[in-house]
Amino acid sequence: MSTLTTPSSDRATSTLEPEHDRSAVRREVKRVRIGGADPELLTHVVSAAAGALGLVWLVYERLVPMTGALGFWLCWYVAFLVLLAAVSATTLDRVGVTDRLVGTLVTTAGLVLVSCLAGIVLFTVVRGWSALSHVNFYTQTTAYIGPEAPLRQGGVFAAMVGTLEQVAISVVLSVPLGIATAVYLSEVRGRLARAVRTVVEAMSAVPTIVAGLFIYSMLILKLGQERSGLAASLALSVSMIPVVTMTAAVVLRLVPGGLREASLALGTTQWQTVRRVVLPTARPGLVTAVLLGVARVIGETSPVLLVAGSTNELNWDPTHNPQMSLPLFVFTYMRMPIDNAISRAFGAAVVLLVVVVVLFALARILGGRPPGHVSRRKLRRLARHRQARARRLESETVR
Amino acid sequence: MTLLDNAEDHTLTLPAATVDARGGTPATLVADGVSAWFGDHQVLDDVNLTMPAGRVTALIGPSGCGKSTFLRILNRMHELVPGASLAGEVRLDGHDIYDPARRPIESRRRIGMVFQKANPFPTMSIHDNVLAGLSLTGRRLRGHAVDELVERSLRSASLWDEVRTRLDAPGASLSGGQQQRLCIARALAVRPDVLLMDEPCSALDPTSTRRVEETIRAIADEVTVVIVTHNMQQAHRVSDRCAFFLAAEGQPGHIVEQGDTDDIFERPEDQRTSDYVNGHFG
Amino acid sequence: MTSPQITGATGAAAAVQARAARRTLHTRPTTQDIGFVAVARSAAISTLVIMGLIGVFLLIGAWPALKSQGLHFLTRTDWLPETGSFGIASLLWGTILVGLFALCVAVPLGFGAALFISEYAPRSLKSSLVTLVDLMAAVPSIVYAMWALFFLQGHMLEIAQWLSVHFGTVLPFLRVHTPDSPSSYTSSAFIAGVAVGVVVLPTVTSIMREVFAQAPIGEREGAIALGATRWGMIRAVVIPFGRAGIVGGIMLGLGRALGETIVVYAIISPSFDMTTHPLQSGTNTIAAHIATRYSESNGVSMAGLLGAGLVLFLFTLIINTLAGVVVSRSRSGAATEI
Repeated sequence: MSTLTTPSSDRATSTLEPEHDRSAVRREVKRVRIGGADPELLTHVVSAAAGALGLVWLVYERLVPMTGALGFWLCWYVAFLVLLAAVSATTLDRVGVTDRLVGTLVTTAGLVLVSCLAGIVLFTVVRGWSALSHVNFYTQTTAYIGPEAPLRQGGVFAAMVGTLEQVAISVVLSVPLGIATAVYLSEVRGRLARAVRTVVEAMSAVPTIVAGLFIYSMLILKLGQERSGLAASLALSVSMIPVVTMTAAVVLRLVPGGLREASLALGTTQWQTVRRVVLPTARPGLVTAVLLGVARVIGETSPVLLVAGSTNELNWDPTHNPQMSLPLFVFTYMRMPIDNAISRAFGAAVVLLVVVVVLFALARILGGRPPGHVSRRKLRRLARHRQARARRLESETVR
Repeated sequence: MTLLDNAEDHTLTLPAATVDARGGTPATLVADGVSAWFGDHQVLDDVNLTMPAGRVTALIGPSGCGKSTFLRILNRMHELVPGASLAGEVRLDGHDIYDPARRPIESRRRIGMVFQKANPFPTMSIHDNVLAGLSLTGRRLRGHAVDELVERSLRSASLWDEVRTRLDAPGASLSGGQQQRLCIARALAVRPDVLLMDEPCSALDPTSTRRVEETIRAIADEVTVVIVTHNMQQAHRVSDRCAFFLAAEGQPGHIVEQGDTDDIFERPEDQRTSDYVNGHFG
Repeated sequence: MTSPQITGATGAAAAVQARAARRTLHTRPTTQDIGFVAVARSAAISTLVIMGLIGVFLLIGAWPALKSQGLHFLTRTDWLPETGSFGIASLLWGTILVGLFALCVAVPLGFGAALFISEYAPRSLKSSLVTLVDLMAAVPSIVYAMWALFFLQGHMLEIAQWLSVHFGTVLPFLRVHTPDSPSSYTSSAFIAGVAVGVVVLPTVTSIMREVFAQAPIGEREGAIALGATRWGMIRAVVIPFGRAGIVGGIMLGLGRALGETIVVYAIISPSFDMTTHPLQSGTNTIAAHIATRYSESNGVSMAGLLGAGLVLFLFTLIINTLAGVVVSRSRSGAATEI
C-alpha cells in the first residue's frame, strides 16, 4: 500500500494537538489493521481448560459419584464452563460473559455435530474394512455359502445388482412424473396447483415403511402379485417423487421471469418456451433434483424389506422372484451373531455410503454449473467447426 | 480556510477529568490519516477530518466516493465486512477507538448510528425499541427512570406526541418517517457522545424529511452529529461544517475541501467543490 | 377494436362511457399448448391419485382389523391376533416416547449447531459445514442403525445406569428393575430415542440454519450499532425472526422421528406394556412393530399391521402439515423450502 501520498488540493486539516505540523501528519509507515480476533479470548480459554483439567483430575472418583472416561470428560466440560465464566468476569461485564459462554456452548454443538458424522463414517469403514479388502466382496454373491463362511468367500454383487435395478426403475418412473408435476406447479399454475403442492409436501413426509406397506397391501395382497424388485421400485418411487418434484419446482421457480417473457414476446407457445428456454436454463438444477432423489431412496431399508423379499441368489429379473439389495443385505447380516456376517454387513454399509457420497458430490458439481455452461469437449468441437469454416471462407475468397 | 483559523471558536479538547465521560456530553471525533480497503481494493485515501463536539458535520459528495465507508469506520462497523482493513486512527476525545485494548462494543456504545433504511425491531413494542440499546448492553433501569428515559428520548426525536398513547404498539406499525425517528430515539436512549447518520432521509417523503432535519438540529447540543447526505440542500440546512468527498474514476475517495458550511457553499475554494455545490454534477 | 373517434363536446360523454367499459380478453391456446397443459395437469393429478391410493389401500387393508376391534384398537395394549385381541396403545406410547427422547437430543444440539453454522463459524467453513449437514441427512438410516447398535448402545449403558442409580430415587420414571446389572439397560426406549435423535439431528439443524441465515441484515446492523454483543444481537434479531422456523424444524424432526423404523428395530427388544421406565429395556414403536411382524402375519394380523400403519400415516401427516403451515406463515418461512 502507498506510503506517501502526494498532496492533492485538499485543505490542510489540523489535528487536535497543535504542535503537530503538516509534514509529521504524513507518516512514513501506515499501519494496516484488520478488526476482529480477540487475543484475550485465547488466553482465557486455555487457562480455563487447563484449570478445569487439573481440578477434575484431583477430585474425580473421590468426590464425584461417577466413574469412567465419559464421566471424566463430562465433568471437565462443566468445570471448564464455570472457570471460563469466572475468568471472563474479571475483564468483561455480565453481557460479555454471557456472550462468551453462549459462544462456547454453540461451538461445542457444532463440534459435536461434525464429530458425530465423522465418527459414524469412520466407525463403519473401520469395522467393514476386513470384508472390503477382499476383491470377492465386490464380485461374488452370498448364495450357496453359509453366514459363517470366511470373508474371502462371498460378497455383495447380488445386492449391488438388485439396488441398481430397483433404483433405475424407480428413476424411470419418478423423474418424468416428478418433473412434469414441477412444471405444472411453476409454469402452468392451474387451479389445482395449491392442492398438489400441499399433497406433494405431505407425501414427502410419509414414512418409508408406510410406503412399503401401501405397495404390499395394494400389489401383493390385493392384486396377488409376488414379491419382486419391481414392487420395491414402486415403493421407492413413492418416496422419490416428492423429493424430485419439490426440488425441481424450486429450481424452475428460480429461472428469471424475464427469460420467459422474452421468449413469449417473440411469439412462441408456452410449450416452446418451457422446452427451449426454461428447462435448458434449469437443467443443472434438475439434474441435482434427480440425484438428490436417488440419494434419498437408495439406502431405504423398510420398503425393500416388506416387498422385495429376501434371497441370496443373484436375480437379474426385477419382475419375478425376490431380489436382494444393499440395504436389505446390511439388515439381514447385521442381525446375525456371527462376526464374519457382521463384517460383511459393515462392508455393504460402506458401499452404500460411498454411493451416497458420490451421488451427492455429483449433484453439487453438476448442479453448480451455471446455465449455458459449455464443457471442454464441446468447446473443442466448436473450435474445430470454427476453424473449418474459416478455412472454407479463405479458400472461397482466394478464388 | 483551515481548521486552525477557527480553532478559537470551538472547544477542541475537553478537560482531562471527563476523559472517560459517562455519556450525554458531546465529544469530538477526529479521523487521522484514515485509509480503507476492501480486500486489495482501496476505497478511501488519507482522510483527515475533525468533527467538533456539539456540532453537526455533514459529509457530502457524489455516490460511491466512500462517505458511507468512512462513516462505518467511525463506529467500527467497517471491520464486519470480510476482507476489510484500514489504516490511520480515529480518536474519540483523544483516545484511538481502534486501540487493541478497546473492544468494538465499547466504542459502539459511545458512537451511535442511524441507518438509511429504518430498522426498528419488529417484534418489540415502541417502548421496548427505545430501550433496546440498554437492554442489549445489559444495563437495567428501574421503575420511574425507565418511563422518564423513554419519554426524554422520544421527545428528543420529536416523536413523543405522536406515540405517547400507543407505546405498546409494535415498532413496525409506524410510518417510514416515524420509524426513522424511533431509530433516532433508540440511538439517543443510550446517551452516546456521537451520533452517526447514514443518509437518514433518503427513503423518506419531504414532510418526514423536514421533521427529521428539525430533530437533527435539536439534538446537536446533546450529541455530536455526523451525517452523510446526498442532498446538498439538506447539508446546507442542517450542518455547521461540511466535508466534500470525491473519488475520481478508479481512484479511492478522499476529502477535497472541508470547512464551515457557509464557506463551502458560498465561497468554495476548489473548482470541483464549486461545481458540485452548484449542481454541475453529482 | 379501434377506439371511437371523439368529435366535439357531444361525443365526450359517450367517449367517457366507451373508455370506461372494460373489455373481456379471449385467448385461444394453440394445440401444442393444450397438449402441454393436459400432460402437465395429468402428471399433477396422478400425484394426487397416488396419495389418495395410499390412504385408500391402507384403509381397505386395515378394515378387517378395525372392524373386529373397533375403538379398542386404539386402547388395547397387547398384540395377540390369534386370540382376537390386539391394539396399538402400547405401540403409540412407545412411538411417542422414542420421539420425545429424540427431540431432547436433536433440538438443543440442532439449535446450537444451526446457530454455530449461521452466526459463529468462520466464513470459509460455512459452505463446507452446510454440505456436511446435508450429507449427514442423506446417510441411510441403516448406517445409523449399525452405528447405534454396535457403538452407541455400549456407551449409553453407562449413562443410563448412572442416571438410574443416582436419580432413580428422586424421579421414579428413571428407575429400573435390577439397577445393578447393565443388561437391564440395553434395548431401551432411552437408547433408541437417543439414536433416533442423531438421525433426526441434521434435518432439524438444516431447517433452523436456513431460517437464521435469512434474518435481515438491517436489523442485525441496528443491534450491533447499539453496542450489542453477538449473542445479544442473536437474541434480539435472529431468534425472534426465526421463531417459526424453530418450531417448524422441531415438528419436522418429530415427524421424521416417529416414522423411523430401522434404527429402532435394531436397538429395542419388543415388549408390549406401556412402559413408564424408559431406561429399562423393552419398548416398541409402530414402525418397528410392523417391520418385526410383517413376515409372520396374514389375514387379521396383517390387517392389524395395516391399521397400525394407517395410524402412523395420519399422525405424521398431521404433524408435517402443521409444521408446513407454521413455517410458511411466518416472515422467515415465506422464502424457506422445507
